[in-house]
Amino acid sequence: MASRGADNTAMSQVLNIRLQHRRSADHARRQPQHHPIIIVGAGPVGLVAALELARKGHRCLVVDKKDQLSAGSRAICWAKRSLEIMDRLALGDTLIAKGVTWQTGKVFFDTRRVFEFDLLPESAHRRPAFINLQQYYFEHFCIEAAAKSDLIELRWQEEVKGIELTGDGALLTIATPEGDYRLLGDWVIAADGARSEIRRHLGLAFEGRVFDDQFLICDIKMRMERPAERWFWFDPPFNRGRSALLHKQADDVWRLDFQLDATADRAAAIEPESVARRVRAMLGETVEFSFEWISLYRFQSRRLQRFRHGRVLFAGDAAHQMSPFGARGGNSGIQDVDNLIWKLDLVLRGRAPEALLDSYDWERVAAADENLLNTTRSTDFIAPKSAISRAFRDGVLALAATQPLARRLVNSGRLSVASCYDASPLNGPDGFAAGECPATRPGAAAVDAPLADAWLLDALGSGFVAAAFCRADASAPAFQRANREIASSLPATHLLVTDPIACARYGAERAPAYYLFRPDQHVAARWRRFAAAELAGALARASGRAASPTPEWEGSSGCL
Amino acid sequence: MPLMREPNLNDPDGLYAAILDAHADLSESESVALNARLVLLLANHIGDETVVREALALARQSIDEGAAG
Repeated sequence: MASRGADNTAMSQVLNIRLQHRRSADHARRQPQHHPIIIVGAGPVGLVAALELARKGHRCLVVDKKDQLSAGSRAICWAKRSLEIMDRLALGDTLIAKGVTWQTGKVFFDTRRVFEFDLLPESAHRRPAFINLQQYYFEHFCIEAAAKSDLIELRWQEEVKGIELTGDGALLTIATPEGDYRLLGDWVIAADGARSEIRRHLGLAFEGRVFDDQFLICDIKMRMERPAERWFWFDPPFNRGRSALLHKQADDVWRLDFQLDATADRAAAIEPESVARRVRAMLGETVEFSFEWISLYRFQSRRLQRFRHGRVLFAGDAAHQMSPFGARGGNSGIQDVDNLIWKLDLVLRGRAPEALLDSYDWERVAAADENLLNTTRSTDFIAPKSAISRAFRDGVLALAATQPLARRLVNSGRLSVASCYDASPLNGPDGFAAGECPATRPGAAAVDAPLADAWLLDALGSGFVAAAFCRADASAPAFQRANREIASSLPATHLLVTDPIACARYGAERAPAYYLFRPDQHVAARWRRFAAAELAGALARASGRAASPTPEWEGSSGCL
Repeated sequence: MPLMREPNLNDPDGLYAAILDAHADLSESESVALNARLVLLLANHIGDETVVREALALARQSIDEGAAG
């Protein structure tokens, strides 16, 4: 029997929070009230968008139909890049403190361990490769932070019932427990999840691949002395012919995931006694636990053709839906808004043309395709679709036990890392030699590194930053002189980095390197020699102000 | 380097026999499993992905032409 002895107060406190509906003044107005930005959906993606907008000084309204936090843990794995983004919202420490830090994954085939991976083998990073934290905690911390902001208004139990594009915004019809009302938004961020109402009302195709496989997911509460590692089984004795996953979350809650037959009966599969039998088969007959959440899912790999529809911008699951293996759903949603909000900020301030938002579409569609490709490949490995597919999969696993060559082919999920926007229209020149220091090439998210009294990502902040990485003192005065010359004409901060680890990570161990970072801390351009005009050109391009799609310096390599 | 299309074996008959010997006493599904592992081992040894892809395309082409004929 499942025991109920464990202390679950911490969990229930958050899960018992009721998100109250309050009738707003907008309700009674004869004409729809105008709001500059309306965010639909207060999941992690919508909430991060709101916090980021508020931090940049923009007022926004968030509506969500729910009356409580995410039921069940849902998204649990928050990747290093997401934590770095949350650091900018001053929530990184809160998430780390509550979450379970991990970086090791172990893969078993039958009863043998065939593979082990370390997601962050390098030291001197502020944030770990991953933490596990239930989605309801992530939402809770974001809502607490939002409540402290005068610029964010949250409206619960309000659902979009209709949307009409008006050319310079959208007219939303909102259903509430007290009847309908209407709102006019200059901009709408659709972060309303996989079953997006906005997407449906606009009649947008959401096409892709549907998988037959069924997975039983459950969160159990138990005290167990076990390392905080991701354990993945192929063909274990307790789930013969299929897969299983075990992962630790906060408050002694553990995520279990069992692959089921495609034809398994839904009602029977989620019946607690039958799930309890699976749990005991996996963890031992004597294990004491209680259920927090049980669910059955099938998944789809699909995305919208475009994420920008005029002044409606889709983000997160509303824009793309993927298999959970790789933790790319929630994390890519956070990166969506990380990419979107600085662009919207520049447009709202009149510092960039509206067309800059087309680059949101370009960059995040490319990222979604990368994530869809990776999760689809993982799924094909985890749940082979044919006899020959299984023969190769089992061949890899059998060889991996003894042959290193096969281990890189074991695919239990390629875990989320920040997408690199290769070939983005916003990218400026790469002045490095071909193949040199690829981790910091234009399009890549900045790699963190310790500075004397801070972390590099903190120093970069969230505006455009021109940075010189330079170990030799000789170049520093020259760079500072150049900085002074351009400082008046460029809305970019200037930074000089001499710390050895940072210089090594940015390819500046032997020769200085110059970088332009975007407000989302992605590299816009880099050079071996400093030239103010080049920097100004790259800045204009990264702000969407470069008219020519193919500048004359494109394709140059080596030193400028 | 493109896929080697000229004979490259010192003892072709001997190697052909060795391949068949490796499958001796195996069921059809075991033979499929052996072939899969062999492909994985050899692909890793070759390393050059363009060569492996060219071999895959050639093998597939030979099947498709057979089916068409």
